[in-house]
Amino acid sequence: MIFSFLFAFVVGGLICVVGQLMLDVGKLTPGHTLSTLVVVGAILDGFGLYEPLIDLAGAGATVPITSFGNSLTHGALAEAEKHGLVGVLTGMFEVTSSGISAAILFGFIGALLFRSKGTID
Amino acid sequence: MKEERYQQIEQQITPKAPVAFNMLKAFLVGGSICAVGQAISYFYIIFFNFTEKTAGNPTVATLIFIAMLLTGFGLYRRLGQFAGAGSAVPVTGFGNAVISAAIEHKTEGFVLGVGGNMFKLAGSVILFGVVSAFAVALIKTILVSLGVISW
Repeated sequence: MIFSFLFAFVVGGLICVVGQLMLDVGKLTPGHTLSTLVVVGAILDGFGLYEPLIDLAGAGATVPITSFGNSLTHGALAEAEKHGLVGVLTGMFEVTSSGISAAILFGFIGALLFRSKGTID
Repeated sequence: MKEERYQQIEQQITPKAPVAFNMLKAFLVGGSICAVGQAISYFYIIFFNFTEKTAGNPTVATLIFIAMLLTGFGLYRRLGQFAGAGSAVPVTGFGNAVISAAIEHKTEGFVLGVGGNMFKLAGSVILFGVVSAFAVALIKTILVSLGVISW
């Protein structure tokens, strides 16, 4: 159990370091960095490489934004396995729905509860 | 003041981009957020009968809830100034992008302001995630149906 925390910390931290390198050395904007990481996650799952990372690191692999790309591909592939090409489109949000729905719901609640103090990034 | 002296002072004051230090900060903060996520998923595994595989979804939702509180009280911005990618790359950063846009545009009304601007920052992540996942899944499905690879 202690090791699972350690793996989550190290793997999650390393993915963030990759992001930081893209910001500092690659001179990408945060938007470009996050979009690239999502695409990388989607491609890694296409090769079946992201699931082993989740087995190893748990939340270290599911919490970074790369897991969003992974679960999009994963849902699409799971449905495609059952229904063929149509499933690629219909299965897309099957796995990853909670992140988006939570962001929309809590975004709405946040807008109800809080007011902007100048700029909140 | 002499020009040379001015440049000397300017060089002293201008902060150098401390790449190694930024990486360390991103590593520590990003790793910590993931360790908190690991603790939350254990909570769901132990008390709500989720498995290691399925605990990711409620964990992400809980982290976004925490991001809402931190964003609303203006704490996530301070964390972001310190941690850079360490707070942007975890899913809390995605939540922060949605929630801060929603709060910021509240003054323009809930339909046009909050609804219209919520995904102003995070929309590109969803767009490129969906398009790339579609491309990857399409290619893999075609390759499987041709018998080149298996699931």
